[in-house]
Amino acid sequence: MTVPTGYFFVLSLILFVLGIVAFFVKRDLISQFMAIEVMLNSANLAFLALARESHFADAQAVVFFVITVAAAEAAIGLAIVLVIFRRRKSIRTADLSSLKG
Amino acid sequence: MAIIVFFVLAVTCTGSVLGMIFSRNQATSALLLVLAFAALGGVFGLLGAPFLAVVQVIIYAGAIMVLFIFVIMMINIRQGIAPDKKTWIIILACAMAAVLLAELAFAARGSLPGAGVAGPGVTPTELGRLLFTTYAYPFELTSVLILAALAGAIVLVKKREP
Amino acid sequence: MKDLFWLIPFPSAASALVLILFGRLLSRKWVTIQACGTVFVSFLLGLFSFAGLLGASAEPLPWVKVLFPWIRAGAFGADFGFQFDPLSAVMVLVVTGVGFLIHVYSAGYMAHDRSYTRYFSHLNLFMAAMLILVLASNMVLMFVGWEGVGLCSYLLIGFWFEKKSASDAGKKAFIVNRIGDAGFLLGLLFLLTVVGSSDFTAINGAVRGGTIGGGLATLIALLLFVGATGKSAQIPLYIWLPDAMEGPTPVSALIHAATMVTAGVYMVARLNVLFSASSAASDVVGIIGAATAVFAATMALTQNDIKRVLAYSTISQLGYMFLGCGVGAYAAGVFHLVTHAFFKSLLFLSAGSVIHALSGEQDMRKMGGLRKYLPRTYPPFLVGAIAISGVPFLSGFFSKDAILTSAFAQGKTTLWALGLAGAIMTAFYMFRLIFMTFHGPERISEEAKAHLHESPKVMTVPLAILAVFSILAGYVGLPAILGEKADLFRRFLAPVIVPAAETRPLSAGAEWILILASVAAAFAGILIAYVFYVRSPRLPQALAERLPFVYKLLYNKYYIDEAVGAVVIRPLVRGSELVYSGFDLKVVDGALNGSAAAAGFFGKVLSLFQTGFVKDYAFAFLLGVALILGALLF
Repeated sequence: MTVPTGYFFVLSLILFVLGIVAFFVKRDLISQFMAIEVMLNSANLAFLALARESHFADAQAVVFFVITVAAAEAAIGLAIVLVIFRRRKSIRTADLSSLKG
Repeated sequence: MAIIVFFVLAVTCTGSVLGMIFSRNQATSALLLVLAFAALGGVFGLLGAPFLAVVQVIIYAGAIMVLFIFVIMMINIRQGIAPDKKTWIIILACAMAAVLLAELAFAARGSLPGAGVAGPGVTPTELGRLLFTTYAYPFELTSVLILAALAGAIVLVKKREP
Repeated sequence: MKDLFWLIPFPSAASALVLILFGRLLSRKWVTIQACGTVFVSFLLGLFSFAGLLGASAEPLPWVKVLFPWIRAGAFGADFGFQFDPLSAVMVLVVTGVGFLIHVYSAGYMAHDRSYTRYFSHLNLFMAAMLILVLASNMVLMFVGWEGVGLCSYLLIGFWFEKKSASDAGKKAFIVNRIGDAGFLLGLLFLLTVVGSSDFTAINGAVRGGTIGGGLATLIALLLFVGATGKSAQIPLYIWLPDAMEGPTPVSALIHAATMVTAGVYMVARLNVLFSASSAASDVVGIIGAATAVFAATMALTQNDIKRVLAYSTISQLGYMFLGCGVGAYAAGVFHLVTHAFFKSLLFLSAGSVIHALSGEQDMRKMGGLRKYLPRTYPPFLVGAIAISGVPFLSGFFSKDAILTSAFAQGKTTLWALGLAGAIMTAFYMFRLIFMTFHGPERISEEAKAHLHESPKVMTVPLAILAVFSILAGYVGLPAILGEKADLFRRFLAPVIVPAAETRPLSAGAEWILILASVAAAFAGILIAYVFYVRSPRLPQALAERLPFVYKLLYNKYYIDEAVGAVVIRPLVRGSELVYSGFDLKVVDGALNGSAAAAGFFGKVLSLFQTGFVKDYAFAFLLGVALILGALLF
């Protein structure tokens, strides 16, 4: 018996919301970044469920690109976190408010 | 049979993410996330995307999360993070997230039951053909993107010559 | 050749344009040649056109040439067209002829002035505007010229604008003129509504055909006359003319004696059909003319500035012209316009020569005995004074007499009496001027005496020419008692000007008596002046002390300027200040500043949202997504 596609969507939803909650709960940059990765993955999962549902193979190509771009983004993002840490000696988001006003 | 596998993987994934939320230690969070992504890779396989399942494990779990761990180790925060002053945002955000969940569930209600269409899935050959014909242009662009990210990361982190 | 009359305004207009744009690049010599030359060209064109009129052609008058259809706005239209008929011919010849002489004179008078080129550019612009006024075939185009001469008057009166009194005088002239123009415009609008066009031929047709009935004709005529009082300095809008003497003397000669101020008279004469149709309007014109004639003459009696005397004299003589028009003797009024152009510009230019000789002195109390120092200025000056006083055989006598006789013949004896009184005063103040300036003991300051010199030929030759005309011009309009054919002038204008029916036709004997009365008035005035200023020089002083109130009243021009200042100007200024502080500052600026403040306030409020914390921004995202999704779903 195969798994109904709906289950995959539910999983995707739960992961997405968990990612949001994680973002708000965590107080340092890196953890928040990880929460974002979780959200990205949940989206990937949704895409694949869709691909399977409607026999739309292009959605898998999209997932491929999302993973690639997420990799690039993680690299740059982490580089930025490093630089911030070097400057401010802290990665607490509560300390980083120079965009104020 | 497949359902059982699915549930195991789903529970693993969700549990790891929950653990990541409640963990104080970033390294622990990262490792838990590695587990979560690996499980997710398995789910991808169930969805008839074998190639992508492997890619997920190799790249997401294996490369991106490792990168995270590297950076965590480099930053090396000994002391714990002090609790946040504004807790009301967290509560409010959780409320909004719940609302969002409800909305999304409502939106997807049509496909929730969804008969599981079991197909052979998309073989790597098919995906490859797709990538190199219809999506050849974005494919090449992503390679440029990765190069840019590579160069950018190096430039950003480079220490200035005094 | 006669078909080229429409070219007449263009040489001066072109010259003005060149001088305004490129004047700085041209040498003084070239500027002089160009400015005077173009006026002379216009004069020649006028002469040829005039000759064409004389060569009794069968073409119907007026000749009209439409250059292009100018305004077309629904039912309202006005063409850019010129017309030429005897009246236009007279005006063109006077304007260009006298204008040319004054241009030449100016070359000498303004030779030492810094802004020589600007002066001639304004003068040429004035000529162009005046010629457009005179040649226009409809009232809208005439109004263009009307305003144009008003503008040039402002520019030229305030020519030495660094002097406050000069710029003030320019402003006063323009503003008072504008008040009159309001009347003109109202009259024009009425004409446009009732007749549908402002062409003179159409207007005349409408009056003759009865479209403009008695009451309407009166209304329109009176409104237009208000404009005329402004432009031609009659009661009540004459107050600008004495102040206008701040401008250079040739300007006073050209604009405020010979041409611009006569525009009002020209307009009334041009519309004689309309004015004749309304006896009420004609009466008003006549009464105001006579009243102004006397009123201004009284003020001229006591003035000490040589130009002011001439200014009041101009106002007074303009009154005579309107008096003539008011009693239906339009030809006589225009005749006086012509002769006045000659002798008044002669008087002004000669006065300019005296002022030039004395290095700028204008107060007659500081003159005297100049006869022997200015041998080429004194004779023309004297000729002018004799002419204006109405001494027989010179031009002034013929024209003034024509007016007075017509007034009497129309049964308007009071007006005739006023005119006669004015004539006595005219003779008096003119010869007072002569005696004070050229005769008697010398009261000249040492400084002026050291530089005392006769004016150059470029100034004295025009004087001589004008003197000749002042003597001879009268002979085209001999009184009717010398034969019906003698009045060439009136016959020439007959196609344009409707001769008025005489209510009290005069016998030959009556006419001779009237002539004698005029002559007597002239000599009486001269005699009194002789007594006052040559025989018993202490007499004026004594009289002034005996009647201090009268003297003060006359000397201060009846305090009219002060009255206007208090009653009209000061309330207006106070009113605008109140409006400024109460409305402009508070309401308008307040609204503006208020909206700016509101924008600033909102900006401050909104900036509270930008805390700089990522979590807050992320929360905003979340909120937004939830709301939008909710909106889309439900």
